[in-house]
Amino acid sequence: MKSAAEGLKHAARWRWWELALLGGLLLSWLLLPGHALLLNEIAILALFALSLDLILGYSGIVSLGHAAFFGFGSYAAALFAKLVMPDPWIGMGVAIALAALLGAITSVLILRGTDLTRLMVTLGVASILYELANKLDWLTGGADGLQGVVMGPLLTPFGRFDFDIAGRVAYAYTLFVLIVCLLIGRRLVHSPFGYSLQALRDNRLRAASIGLSVNARLVAVYTIAAAIAGAAGALLAQTSGFSSLDVFDFHRSAEVLLVLVIGGTGYLYGGIFGAIVFKLLHDLVSAWTPQYWNFWLGVFLVVLVLVGRDKLIRPRTWWKK
Amino acid sequence: MLTLLFDGIAYGMLLFVLAVGLAVTLGLMNFINLAHGAFAMAGGYITVLAMNRLGVPFLVCLPLAFLGAALLGAVLEPLLYRPMYARPHLDQVLFSIGLVFIAVTSVDYLVGSMQQNIQVPAWLQGRFDISWVGIGKYRLFIIVVCAALTLALQWVLSRTRFGSQLRASVDDRRVAGGLGLNVNRIFLLTFAVGSGLAGLGGALGAEVLGLDPSFPLKFMIYFLIVCSVGGTTTITGPLLAALLLGIADVMGKYYAPKLGAFIVYTLMIVILLVRPQGLFVRAGGGK
Repeated sequence: MKSAAEGLKHAARWRWWELALLGGLLLSWLLLPGHALLLNEIAILALFALSLDLILGYSGIVSLGHAAFFGFGSYAAALFAKLVMPDPWIGMGVAIALAALLGAITSVLILRGTDLTRLMVTLGVASILYELANKLDWLTGGADGLQGVVMGPLLTPFGRFDFDIAGRVAYAYTLFVLIVCLLIGRRLVHSPFGYSLQALRDNRLRAASIGLSVNARLVAVYTIAAAIAGAAGALLAQTSGFSSLDVFDFHRSAEVLLVLVIGGTGYLYGGIFGAIVFKLLHDLVSAWTPQYWNFWLGVFLVVLVLVGRDKLIRPRTWWKK
Repeated sequence: MLTLLFDGIAYGMLLFVLAVGLAVTLGLMNFINLAHGAFAMAGGYITVLAMNRLGVPFLVCLPLAFLGAALLGAVLEPLLYRPMYARPHLDQVLFSIGLVFIAVTSVDYLVGSMQQNIQVPAWLQGRFDISWVGIGKYRLFIIVVCAALTLALQWVLSRTRFGSQLRASVDDRRVAGGLGLNVNRIFLLTFAVGSGLAGLGGALGAEVLGLDPSFPLKFMIYFLIVCSVGGTTTITGPLLAALLLGIADVMGKYYAPKLGAFIVYTLMIVILLVRPQGLFVRAGGGK
């Protein structure tokens, strides 16, 4: 009979496939230099989905406006680089801090009400930010997007690197942020805090009655998720030198939900697998029928849900009733 | 000022007819149907295509739009929607977003992505000017039709046998089924009527709201606002919420065009923050 502490330690140990995945991410930088731009996009999407997994997979909050934080981080990083200073690290820090602040403020909105209320409120926050970015055109460039963002060189212990056109430096930078966030997230979900989140996801009433302060924990996880989403947005702005209204769009919130669902929720790595599958699928279908990608996306979603989304990531259950 | 108020009411009534089907789906099946706008779009396109390509008169198009959308709803409900009722909300959201994407791109493919224009008959164009209040004839027509529909709905829900069966199923599905009501058939009928109303709303609103393939996405949030703010347990809740939304939107666009949709969203968030279950909730309404 194992003690509870041993059981928890057992659950938190490094699995072989986790290490393999991290190794694979690093190897992809070495082995696929020609695809750095695509890989960069995948890594950003993966980070974005990772942040959503913290609130959806671990805490059970359905959000339709997670793009709010992504977009906020993106605009914050782009504006900081343009108006204050072009250093990427400081810009990243500022974007994360601002997105976290926004998350902390808006987390009040998701504490009450039903799933529907939460959907509406998160959607509303994203729409408000979209409108703001659209109307404040003297600052954000409005519908044309924010152009002319020039990033400074990346200062590291190994020397300074300029962002190159093939995106290898950008990909290394993104990869670094992704892995750091992944490690933080991993530490988080295997901590008592992470377990308490899962407890309140499964039964909020029961979690509250054994003495967990449900609201404080929701605020905390929402803020952390917002910060990570902001980091993903900042990466997008910094590596592309551009930020547009598109980052707040409903499509983005829906897309990241789908990415997470493809990869599977609630085990932290779903976002990474989902992003890889999603982007490859996107490239494939777009090459075949560029205009109607959304149609196949819709068909895929409907079939996925009708069949049962749990089955996709567990091939063993395909032939079982 | 009064003209704006009038336009706001017309807009609100239109939103109500568009969204009432959604309120029923939400309240009845506890199903979050983001694809509701797709039925409205279907009605709008039926009208536009029948009028412009086949020359069907406008008044004939309206019932056609209703029937077309209702038929679509009646086909899709048992095929696709019914397995979804018992699923978690996340599944429902994903599923209906998928339907929206399919609807948007199929219309784009079949009809084209341009904005569709509709020519309302001559007797509905122009406006009356009563002292300083300008009343658009078409807006008046919308208000009259929608008010008649609302009264009819209220009557059906509160006075008829079907209405009381429906209310029983909403209050407690299991008990209603246990008493021998065919709940599935009631749901099917209600879903079809709700979709039909959305189609009718889409047909009526094609001139006011504009019609292009992105219609379900553009107005999705408005429908949801009507339902979440109004609550889904009564008819009057969504009606008042729709009127409020319509007036706030028209006024906001006129007096503070820079703020745009900002006002509506902020208003919604504030209302939901104060009353997460919606403004008008029947006491003890379960769920």
